[in-house]
Amino acid sequence: MITDLFHWFGDPAHWSGPDGVPQRLLEHLGYVALSLVIALVIAVPLGLFVGHTGRGGVALVSAGNAIRALPTLGLVTFLFLLFTESVTSTIIGLVVLAVPPVLAGTYAGLQATDHGVVDAAQGIGMTGWQRLWKVEVPISLPLVLGGIRNAVLQLVATAAVAAYVGLGGLGRFLLDGLAILDYSEVIAGALLTTVLAIVLDLLFALLNRALVPRGVRLATAAATGKKVTA
Amino acid sequence: MSFFDELGHYLSSANTRVEILGDLGDHVYLALLPLVLGIVLAITAGWLGHRWRPARRVLTVLANLLYTIPSLALFVVIPGLIGSKILDSVNVVVALTIYTTALLVRPVLDALDAVAPSVIAAATAVGYKPVRKFFAVELPLAVPVLAAGVRVASVSNISLVSVGALIGTGGLGVLFTDGFQREYFSPIVVGIVLTLLLALVVDLILVGIRNLLTPWERAGRTGVAVA
Repeated sequence: MITDLFHWFGDPAHWSGPDGVPQRLLEHLGYVALSLVIALVIAVPLGLFVGHTGRGGVALVSAGNAIRALPTLGLVTFLFLLFTESVTSTIIGLVVLAVPPVLAGTYAGLQATDHGVVDAAQGIGMTGWQRLWKVEVPISLPLVLGGIRNAVLQLVATAAVAAYVGLGGLGRFLLDGLAILDYSEVIAGALLTTVLAIVLDLLFALLNRALVPRGVRLATAAATGKKVTA
Repeated sequence: MSFFDELGHYLSSANTRVEILGDLGDHVYLALLPLVLGIVLAITAGWLGHRWRPARRVLTVLANLLYTIPSLALFVVIPGLIGSKILDSVNVVVALTIYTTALLVRPVLDALDAVAPSVIAAATAVGYKPVRKFFAVELPLAVPVLAAGVRVASVSNISLVSVGALIGTGGLGVLFTDGFQREYFSPIVVGIVLTLLLALVVDLILVGIRNLLTPWERAGRTGVAVA
């Protein structure tokens, strides 16, 4: 298996043209990025609104859970029959799946913000907007980013599944390999998709370190009883 | 022909109904067997990680990593690793067991950590041996946190089984590939609705089991209300 895999990756034919690794990788990243941006535009403001005002929280959580139970393959095939075009239908499906984790993270982040802190912000005369942007958002950033990270993993996995309805991307290697029983191509596809998921996950871990304010990190660490050297 | 006429026509065939029920049965088996196996493995791993610090770090890193692997990729890699046939449903069972375990290791560790030391000391003082202490005191007290994780894993398993249809295993996912190949909405809609219903029913059952296993939670709540 390993030697077959080396042969597959060693073959220059797999590295160029529309069916080459770089092209497929870019396609995959493109679908993930586009649907993530759309999902963020929808979910972050909604999550901030609901978390800040506390209105509609229960409805939001139950709707999110229902969407999480949606079978991805069912969603993708359904949308494909509806729109008869793989990219449009897949992007819509991906957005539908990415919205709940982002929404849940944003909402949970604002919910978990200490009421005393919010009260104090109001006490020193901050307006609603200032409270949101200077207090609630920075404090809830780890949970918001955690939600986005979950969404990205979900997107990478589902974009591969969507190769079934003719979408490009890394899922092509998996399903085309299965169709002609070329197991090394299947494994190459699986490996590439997994590496992409892990690299994106690590990037988000780094982003978390870079974006979350030091004070919040210290406070979280203090709450969980860990020692921090920052 | 409207969609509902089409749906009525699709469901009017006795053969189709029998097939759908068969798919549903497969789906329940393919989603719930890994859930049970995953719970057992996660409790074992959690016990190990709780007792032995070095194992804890390895387990959390491994769980994180395994959970990151995209479903379709994991499904097709399993045959290469365990030597099963590529169309064997055991691949889906193993893959979903891995996800369930990976998802539950963290909650099990957190839950075991959260058991108050005084409770454990009390159990030791009245003569509980380590094994009995774990099963009779620590594990039951971990149930609420564990149950929350199990509910997430059950929804995720039920939704992921259908991806198995792409590598030829049964379950409701067959309805999606069938509907796609025949450009026919009815099987897809029936499959989605049944998946959602199954997720809902299993979730209700899990909540019921959790309440049965944690009678003190209810007692505690009414106690608080009275006080």
